[in-house]
Amino acid sequence: MLVSAIRLVVGYAIALAIGVPLGLVLARVPSVKRALGPLLLGLSSVPSICWLPLAIVWFGLSEAAIQVVIVLGAALPVTLATESAVRQLPPTIERAARTMGATGPTLLFRVLLAAALPGIVTGAKMGFTFALRSLMAGELLFVSGGLGQLLETGRDLADTALVLGVVVVIVLLSRASERVLFGPVERLVARRWGTAVP
Amino acid sequence: MFATTKWIGAALAEPEPAAAPAARAVERRPAPGAAGASAALEGVSLEYDGATVLEDVSIDVAPGEALCLVGPSGGGKSTILNLLAGLVRPTRGRVLFDGVPVSGPGPERAVVFQDAALFPWLTLEKNIAFPLEVAGVAPAARAERVDELLRLVHLSRFRASFPHELSGGMRQRGAIARALATRPRMILFDEPFAALDGQMRELLQGEVERIVRASRTTMVFVTHAIDEAVRLGDRVVLIGTRPGRVIGEVHVDLPRPRRGALGGTRTALGGASVEDVQAVRIAQRIADEIRAEVDKVAREEADGAWGSSSGPDGGDPRRHLGRGI
Repeated sequence: MLVSAIRLVVGYAIALAIGVPLGLVLARVPSVKRALGPLLLGLSSVPSICWLPLAIVWFGLSEAAIQVVIVLGAALPVTLATESAVRQLPPTIERAARTMGATGPTLLFRVLLAAALPGIVTGAKMGFTFALRSLMAGELLFVSGGLGQLLETGRDLADTALVLGVVVVIVLLSRASERVLFGPVERLVARRWGTAVP
Repeated sequence: MFATTKWIGAALAEPEPAAAPAARAVERRPAPGAAGASAALEGVSLEYDGATVLEDVSIDVAPGEALCLVGPSGGGKSTILNLLAGLVRPTRGRVLFDGVPVSGPGPERAVVFQDAALFPWLTLEKNIAFPLEVAGVAPAARAERVDELLRLVHLSRFRASFPHELSGGMRQRGAIARALATRPRMILFDEPFAALDGQMRELLQGEVERIVRASRTTMVFVTHAIDEAVRLGDRVVLIGTRPGRVIGEVHVDLPRPRRGALGGTRTALGGASVEDVQAVRIAQRIADEIRAEVDKVAREEADGAWGSSSGPDGGDPRRHLGRGI
């Protein structure tokens, strides 16, 4: 389980690091939006498990292959959520910032990204679910340690109790992430931004 | 309350030696007392999406002047403001600030928006500190200036509140404080009180008169409310619609501080001062001059049917919306 958790955290962190900046660029640069927008939207409907064969061909039956699947699965929803959050900001936010002399990185990070944070947090939460799913799918397909492999072991031994046990663990993992991570973050953001508490 | 506000306003109007370092860091020009800058639109036209939004608009704003733009909504008043702010570029003509063409927005031209546009994720004091931070003011000087501004708009008690925890009037006062933070040489108001109730508007008009006059900043104030324009403006420029253009100009030669819109009521009921009567007369003149434009907008918005259903006998809309109303 620790193996799975580390994979999840690493893959998810990479996905956030790619998704948030990419979403920001998509929202702000029309040419990038035109070039990549439809492609990304299309790709987001591809289940992340579909990337596994490609990942295995490129990286072999390795840690990297699983990471690739997690990143691909989680980065897209984060990207799209960030993009729509930034795009839907009231225009006066940016105008006000510009009349106060904010330009470049200040405008981008201290104003636009900050203003879009409630939407980005929602996207990040969605991304986490996708990361978890991708992880399980990846781990199921080849022997690699972790929860997925435990599921496979359960199947091999026809041990339904083990399989259901692992499912319960996955549910608990997801609930725990909600309780200790996303719940508090969302509440904090909602309180500060004055948005509705989900 | 007004006695104290006046006192604070007066104190802040003078170039205070204590706040001088902060002021110098913010202002690029150290000269105290020369706050207001001139501005001008020279033959400005703006086309957007094939439509002419503004046509050959020329307006001069003198240093320290309080200029109000009045006209029916959708008439390009806010566009003129955006041009002055540097948020929009003209298709033809020039926009000058202090004699120099405007190339983009800048902190020397602050804007107060209709919806306040305070940043929802920052507390009031951090909102007010934001332009100072962008300008690179040192933390100590920043804190001092923020304190001063919070006192000026009577919001010291709410410094740690987030914008959504404040009332509409408080948010606008916060936005005014934020606009004043970097001691801009011109403040642009874009119908800032349109969403507020009557009493709050009256109160905030008084605050604007007190604060902005005291800072000697040039002010351009867009509104559709004639009484507001007459109260705040040294001069009122009337803006026609579709395309937006200047259709007239009225000088408001009344002493300050002025009394608010209730002057009209006082005139009707007796007990009005000479100034009240004068203000009502000026407002009446403005109303007469823009009536045709308002009619035009109403007719266009009513899809050409305006007037036909407004009386039992239908007929000519000009009769029903004529001068006597």
